[in-house]
Amino acid sequence: MTTLSLDSVFRRLRESDAYRSIVRHGAASTNRNRSLVVFENLFLHVHPVKVREKTLRFTHTYWLGGIALACALILTATGVLLMFYYHPSVPQAYRDMKELEFVVDNGLFLRNMHRWAAHLMVFAAFLHMMRVFFHRAYRPPRQFNWVVGVVLLLVTLLLSYTGYLLPWDQLAFWGVSVGTNMAKEAPLIGEKSRFLLLGGNIVSENALLRFYVLHCVVLPVALLLMLSVHIWRVRKDGGVQGPPEDSPRREEVR
Amino acid sequence: MSSLPPLDLIETADPLATPRRVALVRPDRRPAVRTTDEKYVMTFPNLIVREVILFQLVVIGLALAAILFDAPLEGIANPLETPNPAKAPWYFLGLQELLHYFPPVVAGVLMPLLVVVALVVIPYARINQTAGPLWAGAGPRRALALAGATGAVIALFGAFKCWPIVVPTAAISLAMFAARAGERAGAFRRAIAKVTLPEWIMVWFAVVATILTVIGTFFRGPGWSFVWPWAHPAAF
Repeated sequence: MTTLSLDSVFRRLRESDAYRSIVRHGAASTNRNRSLVVFENLFLHVHPVKVREKTLRFTHTYWLGGIALACALILTATGVLLMFYYHPSVPQAYRDMKELEFVVDNGLFLRNMHRWAAHLMVFAAFLHMMRVFFHRAYRPPRQFNWVVGVVLLLVTLLLSYTGYLLPWDQLAFWGVSVGTNMAKEAPLIGEKSRFLLLGGNIVSENALLRFYVLHCVVLPVALLLMLSVHIWRVRKDGGVQGPPEDSPRREEVR
Repeated sequence: MSSLPPLDLIETADPLATPRRVALVRPDRRPAVRTTDEKYVMTFPNLIVREVILFQLVVIGLALAAILFDAPLEGIANPLETPNPAKAPWYFLGLQELLHYFPPVVAGVLMPLLVVVALVVIPYARINQTAGPLWAGAGPRRALALAGATGAVIALFGAFKCWPIVVPTAAISLAMFAARAGERAGAFRRAIAKVTLPEWIMVWFAVVATILTVIGTFFRGPGWSFVWPWAHPAAF
């Protein structure tokens, strides 16, 4: 009789027909199978099968883009959960904040996490841009990806800004009023674009609904699209570029 | 190159033609493949495991922050009751601080537009591709030109009494000129002697943006007067 250990259970499971129909390769104990882990996975295949060892060093990227991406994932998860408890209308939006605090299980925790992740994402994206600049990683062939990154920074700021209004408290209302009053000053298009953004001449419940739709649909979709291009281009342009090397050398494209 | 056959001998528009790979080797070149001596590692597990750990660290850090600090929530929005001061989110407070010195169309439209345009064109400006250490092989003309440029920036912002920009601009220009005598000095000055002009400009932008944002966030109270951070705690 064979002893039933956790190890053998996992091995039986991994060798079962059902498991192998989902994950076609075996255990990642050979370099061939380690390649297939990346190669045969929709989400991992933005990576090459092998990476340059030095790109794994902390000082190569400080993982800043990764932190911003982690924030985006956390914001999506907490944001979808928050949407279950939120009505984009006046005054229910504000009452929902109170419900989150006093009624919903872990509601305050969800809102806190969403808020701090949003601030961290803006901060990390800015630091990421500084890192890329001082490592001169915007140089050919990465010029276009720098531009995509600038657009992503703007989308991140807009996401944070549209979300800022949603609690519908004094902080939100006047923060957005101050910001949109600045947009009004743009010559020719200022007044019109402000009216378009707010759905009126002042921050009202029309503005709340518009900011909600922008925050939950339009801007996340824009972020997803641009982020896909950004990460895809990182690989197509030869992987992450770290600190400039002393002797410039052309790298082989693999 | 004139001895090479024209390309249309090799490429054809016929989709049914058997593709042929033809290597054209010039007599003065050897068909050796360039290789790098870089060490490669398997993406799985080396990179994937690091990514998972990074994600977990971010989740843990944010969860701790969410347990320890509550997101602010003030009274319900009231258009009739303007708080003093009314502040934008922190990342726009640098711009709002500029509003204190410049007309709205300059602080709210022109300057952010200039920043975005400047950021977008960075990889397409030749100087950002070719610039070496600022003072390497530079004569007195470059020093004169840079003194004029920094002086003009200081004079421009000084005319608007915008001290949060004037002071760091002056400090950074001093550092820039201190780097001129770099090779004869200590380790710090040798290090800043390697900085290129685009890097000096970006340092200037980052320092100015940070100072403006910190002042706008922590040091501004009723009527945009100067206050200490503890007198008017910032809300995020």
